[in-house]
Amino acid sequence: MLRKLLDSQAKHFEEGGALHLFHPLYEAMDTLFYSPPHVTKGPSHVRDALDLKRMMGVVVAALVPCMLMAMYNTGYQANLAIEAGVTPEGWRAAVVSWLGVSFSAGNPLACFLHGAMYFLPVLVVTFAVGGTCEVVFALVRGHEVNEGFFVTGALFPLILPPTIPLWQVALGIGFAVILGKEIFGGTGMNIWNPALLARAFLFFAYAGQISGSQVWVAPAGYTAPTLLATAMEGGKTAIHEVAAAGTYSWWDAFLGLIPGSMGETSTLACLIGAAILIVTGIGSWRIMLSLTAGSLLTVLLFNALSGSVQNPFFDVPFWWHFVLGGWAFGAVFMATDPVSASQTETGRHIYGFLIGVLAILIRVANPAYPEGMMLAILLMNCFAALIDHYVVQANIRRRWVRNAAA
Amino acid sequence: MIEHYLSLAVKSIFVENMALAFFLGMCSFLACSRKVDTSLGLGLAVTFVLAVTCPLNNLIYNYLLKEGALAWVPGLGPQLAEIDLSFLGFISYIGTIAAVVQVVEMIIDRFAPALYGALGVFLPLIAVNCAILGASLFMVERDYTFGESAVFGFGSGAGFALAIIALAAIRERMRYSNVPAGLRGLGITFIITGLMAIGFMAFSGIQL
Repeated sequence: MLRKLLDSQAKHFEEGGALHLFHPLYEAMDTLFYSPPHVTKGPSHVRDALDLKRMMGVVVAALVPCMLMAMYNTGYQANLAIEAGVTPEGWRAAVVSWLGVSFSAGNPLACFLHGAMYFLPVLVVTFAVGGTCEVVFALVRGHEVNEGFFVTGALFPLILPPTIPLWQVALGIGFAVILGKEIFGGTGMNIWNPALLARAFLFFAYAGQISGSQVWVAPAGYTAPTLLATAMEGGKTAIHEVAAAGTYSWWDAFLGLIPGSMGETSTLACLIGAAILIVTGIGSWRIMLSLTAGSLLTVLLFNALSGSVQNPFFDVPFWWHFVLGGWAFGAVFMATDPVSASQTETGRHIYGFLIGVLAILIRVANPAYPEGMMLAILLMNCFAALIDHYVVQANIRRRWVRNAAA
Repeated sequence: MIEHYLSLAVKSIFVENMALAFFLGMCSFLACSRKVDTSLGLGLAVTFVLAVTCPLNNLIYNYLLKEGALAWVPGLGPQLAEIDLSFLGFISYIGTIAAVVQVVEMIIDRFAPALYGALGVFLPLIAVNCAILGASLFMVERDYTFGESAVFGFGSGAGFALAIIALAAIRERMRYSNVPAGLRGLGITFIITGLMAIGFMAFSGIQL
């Protein structure tokens, strides 16, 4: 029936129809419910036989474990804080008492519900504002509404702290969609990862709401530094103290039961996402593998140097580095973004390796930022095109020599 | 000692990148970044000029212009030690830079005529590239020694070259992008430069 309705309305949106201006909107509704009749022909994904829409759909599916974990852990951390003595207030407390659910950290459903009330508003604002920007551009410039935004919109809330003010969410996603993507020509043409660009914009513009130790657990006024910040200040000993005191163990960090940005804490959820991306061939295993290798080597190097340096962060072992902060999330979902990464196979190895090295380098050696993943990826996005250029040139030269010899 | 020079080099290439942290030398940065090969040529030329002029100006400053710099003159030392010629700084540094650029221009014209054609007016304009004068002025302000100024000059040039080559690669990749009409060319390049600078913020704050 829906199909019939869409088909009967199609003529109004065709060239010359009364509502031609709104064709992108019609097209978006049509392809949201049904497979598009055509496959991608444009330059953005020439290298993929897969349709762009399906591809983005798989990425969003791979993000589902992270989103579920984001809701659960946000609520879990908030309920822990409430059990520790913070009074719940605001509309969320009203909803919880109206539903008759408690603020018990031991009750998974209560945690999930409470966390969803933090996560979903951010998600809704992201899609409302980012989607509006996208649709306005689509209408004015006459291109179709692209599913690329679904991925950006799904990624962005996951890398924000639960306490982020909603107007900042709107500002960040607006900046990223307009300045990071649309003016470059839309989906598939952006140079930087839009979700990371949005976060970096907020990070530099409103550092108070996205860094420090006040923002990572939802109820206002509750202070809980991220484990990464603990590691930065106290090194291996501080982490081991935290683990010995029973606050957070390594397994908590692996499962994601630690304070942090909403979706990035769970390494397990990221691994599930990585498996989906690799099996479907959408995320580049080359980038993930060489990124891990790069980080591993850098951590080992810092560990070896730790005896002679004052910085306590030097001696944090790699199994901690990999489960803390946004390392896993960035490695799986951000670095492998096929648009802003290098596009040649050799280039991907180099690109991933350098992100791995830089992420740890910024974490450990730069006292200004405890987290290095975001800026490492944005920095390597600057050089992805350059790496490609030289890989292609080297290939041309190699074939030239080979053919000259033959 | 080597460690000190190495950290100075890293600092001048990445942390205090001439183009992306100080936004110096923007005219040639924006104008000569259409193709990777051209920008590589310009980058190398700028690196060479910086690596030569920075230590040269260091000598000029320390032995001619600085207050009391002329004390080394045999016989007249005590009288000349009173003189402070640092107000002649700008014109002397520019003179050195212009002379070195002249030499580079002749070399490129002789050995790489294609690059000479591609760089066009921007090759002689290196003489007034603010990144190069900027490096000399930073050198004076921060009181670098001769060795330090050589490393700093080279590092600043390498940083500028790295930034302009990366920008050129991005612009080559964007050749078929459907950029809004009003932003094509310089407009989008300014925005790219700003976003690249966000990426380079990764290094700001590193203490070496």
